[in-house]
Amino acid sequence: MVKRIIIREEYCIGCRLCEVHCITKHSKTKDIIKTYKGHEPKPVSGIYFEELGHISFAIQCRHCEDAQCIEACLTGAMYRNENTKAVLHNKEKCIGCWMCVMVCPLGVIKIDKENKKVASKCDLCIEEGFPACVENCPNEAIILVNEKGERIEK
Amino acid sequence: MAKVKKISEFVVDRDLEKCIKCQACVRMCSNDVHIYDEEFDIVRNDNSKCVGCHFCESICPTEAIEIKRNTSDIKENYHWKKEYIVDIQKQAETGGVILTGMGCDKHYKNYFDHILLNASQVTNPSIDPLREPMELKTFIGRKPDRIEYEFKNGNLILKTKIPPQLELETPIMFSAMSFGSISLNAMKSLAKAAKDFGTYWNTGEGGLPEELYEYADRCIVQVASGRFGVNIDYLEKAGAIEIKIGQGAKPGIGGHLPGEKVTEQISKTRMIPEGTDALSPAPHHDIYSIEDLKQLIFALKEATSYKKPVGVKIAAVHNVAPIASGIVRAGVDYIVIDGVRGGTGAAPKIIRDNVGIPIEIAIAVVDQRLREEGIRNNASIIAAGGFRKSSDVIKAIALGADAVYIGTAALISLGCHLCQKCYTGKCNWGIATQDPYLTKRLNPEIGAKRVYNLLRAWSLEIKEMLGGMGINAIESLRGNREQLRGIDLNEIELKMLGIKHAGEAW
Amino acid sequence: MKKENELRNKKRYIIIGNSASGVSCIEGIRENDKEGEILVFSDEDYFNYSRPLISYYLAGKLKEDQLNFKDEKFYEKNNVKLFLKTRCEKIDLKDKILFTTYGKFNFDYIFIGTGGKPIIPDIKGIEKIKNGLFTFTKLNDAKKLERYIEDKKVKEVVILGGGLIGLKCAEGLISKNIFVKIVELSDRIFANTFDNIASEIVENKLKENNCEIIKGNTIEKVNTKDGDLKEVILKDGKKIKANVLVIAIGVVPNTEIIEGINIKKNKGIIVDEYMKTNIPFIYAGGDVAESIEFDGNISVIAIWPRATKQGKIAGINMSGGSKKYEGIFIMNSIEFFGIPTISFGITNPKDEKRCEILKKIDYEKKIYKKIVINENKIVGGIFLGDIERAGILNGLIKNRIDVSSFKNLLLDEKFGLLILPETYRKHIVKGEGIEV
Repeated sequence: MVKRIIIREEYCIGCRLCEVHCITKHSKTKDIIKTYKGHEPKPVSGIYFEELGHISFAIQCRHCEDAQCIEACLTGAMYRNENTKAVLHNKEKCIGCWMCVMVCPLGVIKIDKENKKVASKCDLCIEEGFPACVENCPNEAIILVNEKGERIEK
Repeated sequence: MAKVKKISEFVVDRDLEKCIKCQACVRMCSNDVHIYDEEFDIVRNDNSKCVGCHFCESICPTEAIEIKRNTSDIKENYHWKKEYIVDIQKQAETGGVILTGMGCDKHYKNYFDHILLNASQVTNPSIDPLREPMELKTFIGRKPDRIEYEFKNGNLILKTKIPPQLELETPIMFSAMSFGSISLNAMKSLAKAAKDFGTYWNTGEGGLPEELYEYADRCIVQVASGRFGVNIDYLEKAGAIEIKIGQGAKPGIGGHLPGEKVTEQISKTRMIPEGTDALSPAPHHDIYSIEDLKQLIFALKEATSYKKPVGVKIAAVHNVAPIASGIVRAGVDYIVIDGVRGGTGAAPKIIRDNVGIPIEIAIAVVDQRLREEGIRNNASIIAAGGFRKSSDVIKAIALGADAVYIGTAALISLGCHLCQKCYTGKCNWGIATQDPYLTKRLNPEIGAKRVYNLLRAWSLEIKEMLGGMGINAIESLRGNREQLRGIDLNEIELKMLGIKHAGEAW
Repeated sequence: MKKENELRNKKRYIIIGNSASGVSCIEGIRENDKEGEILVFSDEDYFNYSRPLISYYLAGKLKEDQLNFKDEKFYEKNNVKLFLKTRCEKIDLKDKILFTTYGKFNFDYIFIGTGGKPIIPDIKGIEKIKNGLFTFTKLNDAKKLERYIEDKKVKEVVILGGGLIGLKCAEGLISKNIFVKIVELSDRIFANTFDNIASEIVENKLKENNCEIIKGNTIEKVNTKDGDLKEVILKDGKKIKANVLVIAIGVVPNTEIIEGINIKKNKGIIVDEYMKTNIPFIYAGGDVAESIEFDGNISVIAIWPRATKQGKIAGINMSGGSKKYEGIFIMNSIEFFGIPTISFGITNPKDEKRCEILKKIDYEKKIYKKIVINENKIVGGIFLGDIERAGILNGLIKNRIDVSSFKNLLLDEKFGLLILPETYRKHIVKGEGIEV
């Protein structure tokens, strides 16, 4: 089933809890306090948060139908999941050539300079079910829809 | 001494074990209570600024924050409450009038809590609202003295012309809250819920913003002393027109919108300059007698071709009964009485807490007077002023009201925590503010759903209570004082309310 | 033969070349035609590898089995017959037969994805070199170079060409502790997308790392002894002792397969926006094809994303679809010793006065950002050192967005989607098939 995340910038309150929950969901313990206060380094969230004046906006990978990053990837690290059509990233294959960063029109790919790999990219929480950011947005600024545009609630 | 430290009302209790320093509270607090100290990597708070709105507590992802009352207290003193001491300190510093928001919070007797309802037992069986039809439908407007009809070809034809009516699916409507005192998103939530449920909302004295034109047919527009936003479009689009003489929170003075809340949008809708205080004059300067009021009522009816009900809103004051009688005789279709517990966006605290009488008594005496004069059917009575639950609504109807207005209750369902700081324009819930950074927080989709749920819940409870009394239509309860009994009230109170004491039979 | 073609119900697609464009062509075909036969011919001996990764192999960062961009299951899943070590020799247009070293094959459609071959310049004496001359485009090139360096214990290498291939090769060699001398014709390295400042910053880093760069010069003559390379002589007369020379001045389209056939070609095989040649059943794409690009001119831009795009479009159109190629502009992403760089479009405008140039330089942190604006639209950019969000600029160029209202924020710290006009922002976040 094709699912997509929709952003409504007019309802984003700028709390950045989407980032907190993205990080928690992709952590080892999946517990928010252990993730933030523990010794293990926190995973990087797949969300870019932008704020200008009173407008704010949290954007993650759009899992584009015409994904430029997959076309540009030299190693096949960027690939598409055939069932969900989500664009996923295989860190093991990544060599940090930054071709994807060059072509992503939204600039939502984060880089890890030290390890020379893409640091993080939204994976639509495909393994775990419902995207953490959608579930925890306090003002429903991020919602999940199916291919017909109908809203999917948890 | 010149510098006296103001005693904080609230204290932010942060559990440092749970705090993950995500800084959501720092970003979200419009009063700058939370501060992140980068050097020590810790979030601190400035308790003196906390107003107790609980937004940070709601948003904290690990429930690390609890807002508590400040126990750094003054020696207990029934006469000199802490509030009075703090108010004097503020006045000594500023020399100004203390403003406040929302309704009177003082300990006057709440008559609804001393009235009990009836239930059927043996003779008049109760009705199950889930199995049998139960009518909550209410019509607001002038009812004719007599119905004339005729038979033609075996069909019954009504000859009497019925004056314009508002049709409500439930006897609950939304109170007047102006655009300016509350945000557009809050108004949109109310307007959408009203339209979806089948009731009405009220623009208040701030005019009708363009974005809400699609809900205008379910809207009652107010013509207040400042005449903000009143033009022919305004009147034509509305479902009904209401002349505002006074309101329960501040009888005797006009509306007050502080300059901080007058943004470009407000300025456009109210037709006043940006940033200036919007002060409505105390009286309408063209209404100095009941005859003047009659002129205005009929001017409005003429302007709208007698197609819409025209009403008048007054505050519940000492002589509310004869005043109401005079207004009904002036030709209104409905009259709104707003009791002392009514809310506001900004009012001098001293007036809010000391002027006006409770709605329970006001309704009872007005209803009684109009019946005695034989003019009760000439106008519907709408009660307003601090209705907290569905039992308050049903008791008001039993005391004589046709329907009620809810204001505070609707805002609470949108997130309001009654911190009473509406006049600052810094409402963290996005309700009583025009700051776009704050108004974003009120998502009208979610807001409309919550308010709709409130109407639905109260309507179902009203049906349950009606069913318990063996009544299947709300109009059978109107003015039906026999269904009420007082408890812990003295003789005069019982007489004012027109009800018997618990234990007395028919 | 012809009857055999007609009797078959399933179509047969032949793909010549098993690199970026060829593999994407398989995906394009399978979008529309799950039944048709696909035959892929490669003259190399590897089931799949990514050519840009050979420098990582040379540097020892990737092993040979880590160079593939598709796994074996890919060919199996897509029902592809792969013919390795097979050269395609001739195409018979009349009977639609392909002649290969493996045999002859009928076809309904052919896709030519033979890529580019290195340009060998006209240097005096070059034909006398039997040992020590290398190119650097294929995996075997890298392996040969690696073996030679090991066997002969080479300590120094001369590379002719300071562009993408030359610098990538240099990077691989430097990590083996070999001293590299780069000879570049232009006044800067990476000349097609770098300007002098970017070039200077990278050159300084290279000089710190066992590398000498000779600009504005080229090799005119080479001297050999018994077939071994001994020294190279530059245009200005300077002599450099050298045992190993890598030629890396660029690639030209590898059009050998169409020799003798009446296919329209210039430097490369000319294709229309559907990747079709002037012969209706022959398509081409990637480094071998010449197509109308973003600036309206017909050219070959030899970069990986173009090859994958064109291969896919050709595959879709060969199997009944109708997708157009929209043209790209030059773009490169390459990291030098810890300095990531992204550059695209026109970064050295000929007439500087007509363009508006925005710059931000921090020599200490080695951060350089340059944006070239012409007639209120971005036409090119260089991001050096700090490359996050560079893709947004790419989108602004591609969609020809008027930036006059927010150009002062382009190099700002707050650069992001929010500075863009609301309608464009909502549109690109909408994307294709994705909503906002």
